[in-house]
Amino acid sequence: MSYTLTVNGRTTTVDVPAETPLLWVIRDILDLKGTKYGCGMALCGCCTVHINGEATRSCTTSIESAAGKHITTLEGLSEDGTHPVQIAWQEIDVPQCGYCQAGQMMTASALLAKNPHPTDAEIDAAMDGNICRCGTYLRIRKAVKRAAEVHAKQTVQTLNADLIASAKA
Amino acid sequence: MATTLPKLDSQGSPNSNGKSVMNRRAFLRASALVGGGMMLAYYIEPVTKVMAAQFGPPVTLLPTSFITITPDGTITIIAKNPEIGQGVKTMLPMMIAEELDADWKDVRIEQGDLNAKYGLQIAGGSTSTPMNWDPLRQVGAGGRAMLIAAAAQTWGVPASECSTTASRVHHDPTGHSLTYGELASKAATMPPPDPKALKLKDPKDYRIIGKTTPNPDIHKIVTGKPLYGIDFTMPGMLYANYEKCPVFGGKVKSANLEEVKALPGIRHAFIVEPGPDPSALAGGVAIVADSWYQARYARDNKLKVEWDEGPTAAQSSQLYASTSVELAKKEPGQVLRKDGDADTAIGSAAHVVEAAYSYPFLSHVPLEPQNCSAYYKNGKLEVWAPSQTPSTGLSQTARALGIDQKDITVHLTRIGGGFGRRLTDDYMVEAAIIAKQVGAPVKLLWTREQDMAHDYYRPAGFHFLKGGVDKNGKIVAWRNHFVTFGDNGRFAQSAGLSGEEFPSRFISNFSQLASMMPSGVPMGAMRAPGSNAIAFVMQSFIDELAHAAGKDPVQFRLDLLASTPLPVAAPPPGTPVAFAPVAFDAPRMRAALTTVAERSGWGKRKLPAGSAMGVAFHFSHRGYFAEVADVHVSPSKAVKVNKVWVVGDIGSQVINPGAAQNITQGAVIDAMSHAMGYEITIDAGRAVQSNFHQYPPLRITSAPVDIDVYFLKTDNPPTGLGEPGLPPMIPALTNAIFAATGQRVRSLPLQQHGYSWA
Repeated sequence: MSYTLTVNGRTTTVDVPAETPLLWVIRDILDLKGTKYGCGMALCGCCTVHINGEATRSCTTSIESAAGKHITTLEGLSEDGTHPVQIAWQEIDVPQCGYCQAGQMMTASALLAKNPHPTDAEIDAAMDGNICRCGTYLRIRKAVKRAAEVHAKQTVQTLNADLIASAKA
Repeated sequence: MATTLPKLDSQGSPNSNGKSVMNRRAFLRASALVGGGMMLAYYIEPVTKVMAAQFGPPVTLLPTSFITITPDGTITIIAKNPEIGQGVKTMLPMMIAEELDADWKDVRIEQGDLNAKYGLQIAGGSTSTPMNWDPLRQVGAGGRAMLIAAAAQTWGVPASECSTTASRVHHDPTGHSLTYGELASKAATMPPPDPKALKLKDPKDYRIIGKTTPNPDIHKIVTGKPLYGIDFTMPGMLYANYEKCPVFGGKVKSANLEEVKALPGIRHAFIVEPGPDPSALAGGVAIVADSWYQARYARDNKLKVEWDEGPTAAQSSQLYASTSVELAKKEPGQVLRKDGDADTAIGSAAHVVEAAYSYPFLSHVPLEPQNCSAYYKNGKLEVWAPSQTPSTGLSQTARALGIDQKDITVHLTRIGGGFGRRLTDDYMVEAAIIAKQVGAPVKLLWTREQDMAHDYYRPAGFHFLKGGVDKNGKIVAWRNHFVTFGDNGRFAQSAGLSGEEFPSRFISNFSQLASMMPSGVPMGAMRAPGSNAIAFVMQSFIDELAHAAGKDPVQFRLDLLASTPLPVAAPPPGTPVAFAPVAFDAPRMRAALTTVAERSGWGKRKLPAGSAMGVAFHFSHRGYFAEVADVHVSPSKAVKVNKVWVVGDIGSQVINPGAAQNITQGAVIDAMSHAMGYEITIDAGRAVQSNFHQYPPLRITSAPVDIDVYFLKTDNPPTGLGEPGLPPMIPALTNAIFAATGQRVRSLPLQQHGYSWA
C-alpha cells in the first residue's frame, strides 16, 4: 500500500504494508536514525515523535494511522541543534550513553510547546513515559527547565524583532 | 510452572544418568577470563598486571598512534575504548591532551577501531582509568616532546630551553614561538621518546584534567545523527533477525523455512547450528529480509520452530530456591575463609541474629537492543559492533567462521548502554555467520524480547547468615553459607564470592562458606559484578547486628572498621602474582563513611513520621563508597527516596567531574531499579519476563529530588567509576526502609514484598 505523510516538513510517499510501524518507516525507509527502537511496545519512549504536535510512540503507530499527518522527528527540531531543547540538552550535557535522549527531547519539546513554564511535577508527569537506563533523570529535569528559559528568551527576541520590523514598516 | 519439581542429587544435578547438566558454557566462559577477571578485579591490583595475565602484556603505546596534528592546528585524538555511556570517549583523550599541552578547543576526538596499536580496548571492570592513566599521559607527554624536538631543531636551540602552552612551543630566550600545527609535519619525523623517561605534569598545573569537559558526541546526539550500532547502514545492506530456543542451550530440530521465505521481502531463512563455543554462538533460525520489520514480522507471525529444548527445561527459579534451602542444611561444599570458630562464638554471644538473604537473576536491558552489522567478501570480514570486549568478539568470530583474525576488521560504534551485557559478543558472531551465508552486508538486530530472553544474567544467590554480638555491642561471630551456582568446585560466571569480602578479616570468628548447584542459565558480569548483590546482603546483615546491639548504624560500622584486620589469606598455590588479593583499606572507608554521615546530617536531622535514613558502604573496583538514603515509606508501602548522599574515594584525581557526577547519580538510579522492580524468573528453563512492563527500570517520577555526590581526594592512583557507586545504594535504601518501618527486607526485589514507588 502507498501512504503519504509529511515528515519534518517534507511530504513523502512510502509503499509498505498497512501495519508497518511508523518507527521503521522513519528509520529504514526515510533513513532518519535519530528516532530509536527500544521496546516495540510503547513502554520506553525511545521512539517518540510528534504527530500533529502530540508526543507519540512511533513503534506502535502504524503507517496507516500516520498517513496524511505531520510528523516531526528529532532531526526536525532543528538540523543545527538550535531548538531550545537541543540547546539545553547540550548546555546541561545530559546524556550518558545518549540512546534514549531523542525520545526524551521529543517529549520535552511537545510539553514546552503546550506549557512553556511547567512546574516540577508537570515535568515529571510529562517525562514519565521515557526510560533512561543510564539514569540521567536529574539532568533531564534541569534541561527541561533550562529549555523553558531558552524558549522564553527566544520568544522575547522574536517578539522584539517583530516589533522592530513592524515599527520600521 | 511445573507441578512436580525434579529432585537434585548430591551434585545438584536433576539428570538421572548422573552427569551434570551444568552447561559447559559456564566453564568455557569462566576460562575465557574476561568475566573471571571482572570478578577477581574487584579485590586485586595492580589492574595492569591483572589484565596482562588475561590478555597478554601491554603494548607500548606510541604518540603517533593516537595523535594527528594537521597544519591548520587541528589535533585529532583517538579514543581507544568502547563508549557505553561511561564517558571514556571524553576522559581518555583528556589524559592525552593534558600532557600534550593541547588547547582543548583544538582537539577533535575520533573513535578508534579495534587495533593492537591501541593496547587493550575494553569497557569493563571500571578499568579504563587505572589501566590508561599512566600510558595515555605518557602518550601525550611523548607527543609534546616530539613537538619540542621539532621546534628546537627548527630554531637551533636546546630542547631543554623550550616550553609549551596551549598548542604552542616557545623559546623564551629568543622569543621564538610556533603553533603545534606549524610544527606538526616535522614533529612526526622525530623519534618517539622513551615513555619512562618523560616527566609528567604536576597535577596543580592541569588545565584539562579535573575540569568538566562535555561529551564530544553531544551535538550529534541532540541532532539525531547516526552514531550507534543500530544506526549503521551501507549500500545493499540486508536486515536480519535471529531466533533462538527460549530454553537456554536448546537447539533447532526443524523450522517452516519455506513458508517464511514465501513472505514479501524475505531473502533468506536458514538454520544455524551451534558454534564450536555454544556460549558464543547458540543454534537458531536466521531470517534475512529487505527491511528489518519484514524479518521481524516473519519471525512474529509466520515462523514455527520445533526445538530440542535440552535438559535446562527442567530447571526453574523455584527449583533453585528450594535446592538452596536443602544445600544450606548440609555441610558446605567449600570453605572460602575461616578465622576462629564462628559456631562456638555464636553459641556464647549476647545477641544472635539468623537470617536468609536472596536476590534474583537480573537482565542488563541496555536500551539499544543487541545488534551488529557485518559484511563478508572474498574471505574477509568487516563488522560494526557495539561491543564492550571487541577483542573477545574478534577471536570468537574468527573461530566460528574458521578464518584468521587478521582477515577481520572490527569497527567500534557508540553503544546505547552496556552494563556488562556487551562483554559477551554473541550478536557479533551471529551477524558474522549470517553475513557469510548470505554474501551481502547484513545488520542483525534483536527484538527487546529476544534481548531479555537471551542475556548472560546477573546470577541469583542465596546467603544463610548467622551473627553474634557481645554485651558491648561488638560483632564476635559471623557465619555465611552462600549457596550459588557452579559445578565441580568452580563458581558459575560472576556467581562467586571472595573469602576476603568485607566484613572478612574484621571479625575474629568468621566463616565464609559456599555450596554450589548447577544451572543451565547463562550468567555473566553485570555492572559491579558480585558487588551489586553482595553489598545488599553484607550491609543489610551488618545493619541487623547494629540494631540487635542497640547501636547507631553509622557508629557500629565505624567501630567495625576500626578493629585491627586479620591478615589477607595467602592465595592458593600456583596463583599468578597478579591475582594476589590486596587488603581492603579500612581507613579510606572510614573517611568515606564519616564524610557521608556529616554531609547527610546523619543523626542530626529531625525527619517527619514515616521517614528515615539508611546507610551502607561497599568497596569494589578499587573504589570506596559510602551512601546515605533519606526515604519515606507510607502505610501502604509506597516508597519515596527524597535524597541520597554519595561519598566516594577513587584516588587523587577525578578526571572529568561533571561526567563523574552524572554517572554516579546514574549508579544510584540503577541501584533503585535493582531494588524495586528488577527480577528475571526462570520457569521451565526460560526467562519469564519479556519486556519493560514486567521488568521496570526506574522512571523520572521516582527519581530523588537530589543526589549529592562528593569525592574525597586521597593520595592514591586514580581509579574507575562506572561501577563502585552502585552497590551501596541498594542496602542504604533497604536499611532506610527498616529504620522507617521496622520491616527488614531480606530478599529482592521490593515489589515482591508489596512495596512500590510513591
